Amino acid sequence: MSTADASLPARLRAEILGLAAQEPHPRGAAVAALRLVQARFGWVSTGHLCEVAGLLGMSADDLDGIATYFNLLFRRPVGRHVIMLCDSVSCWIMGREPLCAHLCRALGIQPGETTADNTITVLPTVCIGHCDHAPAMLVDSTLHGDVDTACLDHLIDMLRNTP
Amino acid sequence: MTPPSERPLTAMIDPAAGPPDCAAYGRAGGWQAARRALGGLAPADIIDMVTRSKLRGRGGAGFSTGQKWSFVPEDPASARRKYLIANADEMEPGTFKDRLLLEGNPLQLVEGMILAAYGVQAGHGIVFLRGEYHLACTRLHHAIGEARQQGWLGENILGSGFSFDIHVHSSAGRYICGEETALLTALEGRRATPRSKPPFPQTGGLWGAPSVVNNVETLCNLPHIIANGPEWFAGLGLGEDGGTKIYGASGRVAKPGAWELPIGTPLRQIIEEHAGGMLPGYRLRALLPGGASTAFLDATSLDVAMDYGSVEKAGSRLGTGMAIILDDRTCPIGMIRNLEHFFAQESCGWCTPCRDGLPWVERLLSAIEDGMGQADDMDQLARHARMLGAPGRTFCAHAPGAMAPLASGLKLFAADFTDHIRHGRCPLRMAA
Repeated sequence: MSTADASLPARLRAEILGLAAQEPHPRGAAVAALRLVQARFGWVSTGHLCEVAGLLGMSADDLDGIATYFNLLFRRPVGRHVIMLCDSVSCWIMGREPLCAHLCRALGIQPGETTADNTITVLPTVCIGHCDHAPAMLVDSTLHGDVDTACLDHLIDMLRNTP
Repeated sequence: MTPPSERPLTAMIDPAAGPPDCAAYGRAGGWQAARRALGGLAPADIIDMVTRSKLRGRGGAGFSTGQKWSFVPEDPASARRKYLIANADEMEPGTFKDRLLLEGNPLQLVEGMILAAYGVQAGHGIVFLRGEYHLACTRLHHAIGEARQQGWLGENILGSGFSFDIHVHSSAGRYICGEETALLTALEGRRATPRSKPPFPQTGGLWGAPSVVNNVETLCNLPHIIANGPEWFAGLGLGEDGGTKIYGASGRVAKPGAWELPIGTPLRQIIEEHAGGMLPGYRLRALLPGGASTAFLDATSLDVAMDYGSVEKAGSRLGTGMAIILDDRTCPIGMIRNLEHFFAQESCGWCTPCRDGLPWVERLLSAIEDGMGQADDMDQLARHARMLGAPGRTFCAHAPGAMAPLASGLKLFAADFTDHIRHGRCPLRMAA
């Protein structure tokens, strides 16, 4: 059984109930609660989603409508690291297409996929507000700018060698 | 006393040193406005000063900030639940001004929120922060914690009887959350679908309570207006509007970046002086003056003053004031396809014209760019631009915004469209 199938740890449940208590209606904590689950497990499994829905007094379908609406909430497992390469206009002008092709070729995957060793997921993202250093990307929570192929190769090496 | 800085928004921002802490912020002139407001100004005085300062919303719509506040019921904060929300969901492609302010001086936003909240008598503050702004999130949490510790947030601030605190809502994506009513819906734990108005947020907003949603840059101006006076602030602008504006440029310019300048600075000065002109080997073809949802201006429009009225007269919108530059070696149809892909993907899906019309536009543009355009595709695109572009045919301003670069592009790049369709290929892509 993977950790994602296990029920939510008691502390996390308490934290979610605490957030819900601060809202005029518990559902106001929906995104914050799902973000907490994802921060702990890397993604939001159906089991966890149902549990959170119960804590917030929502139906699972209702909460899933939110989970699937927001692109930063993952309803499928992702790799240990997530590379989000900006695909908006300034980065496109500055050459993000060939960079994306290079990255996918180097990893042997397409955007939206995860490497077989579960290390890296590549996702497109809308503008991340680093347009003066386009092309830009987010690697987990770190912003990178002026990205080129050498920088991508170095990054892949580094991510593969970090736990 | 030294005269106030003519670049008040960025005066304390030093990327190398990081944001000022509470004490450094105070030493550099911070908290003066909050002290002045809570020490003796009436809430109505704040609204009046902000109206007279000629501050207009910096998120893109450009509505008078003081006027926006004037619709909020006047009950004191202690008598009624009201919200003051900072819109930090900066997601307009090409725009990175709020990130600069959030990371560079988060206490300036905190003080601006205290002033706005005192003006409209809101006891509850929320920063709606986009999920991708990780560094801003850390720094904002730190700033709010410090301000709370020093008594600038919480119960009975400075013994004034006014209580106000700020909660940070970290969002999880989706451009439409920046639309103020969609933002409210998102905060209520629902899919971020815009709401019809009325009721306007000022009377029926978050959880049905009176709510004001202001952009980060708008709020960051408030400490300077209250500390130095509305006339001083109005005088900073070169034309009709008051204050400074953070302008920016991205694309193939020599020095892409963001600069605080008097509002109404000519576009030419921004592009040629501050952005250093085009990179060697590239010529300026056209630009979007204020983000992805503004209409293209061509190279003959460079003398336009970057204020709300002048840019509108030139056929576009000031928007966020962050220009995206199209050079002569980048395909304009490819660029518009990229923009419409964004808008199609980010449609909330609530109303049919937007949900189905935008992907249709994207497919037509893709076909043209990939050499499979048909003779009547331009008419079809123009029809979409007309039908989706007019306000009132879709639920919110998302589709009209999406049509701004398309409608203007169809006129400005008509020859490029025709060439693509006639020759069955993108001339620039073949050359590359």
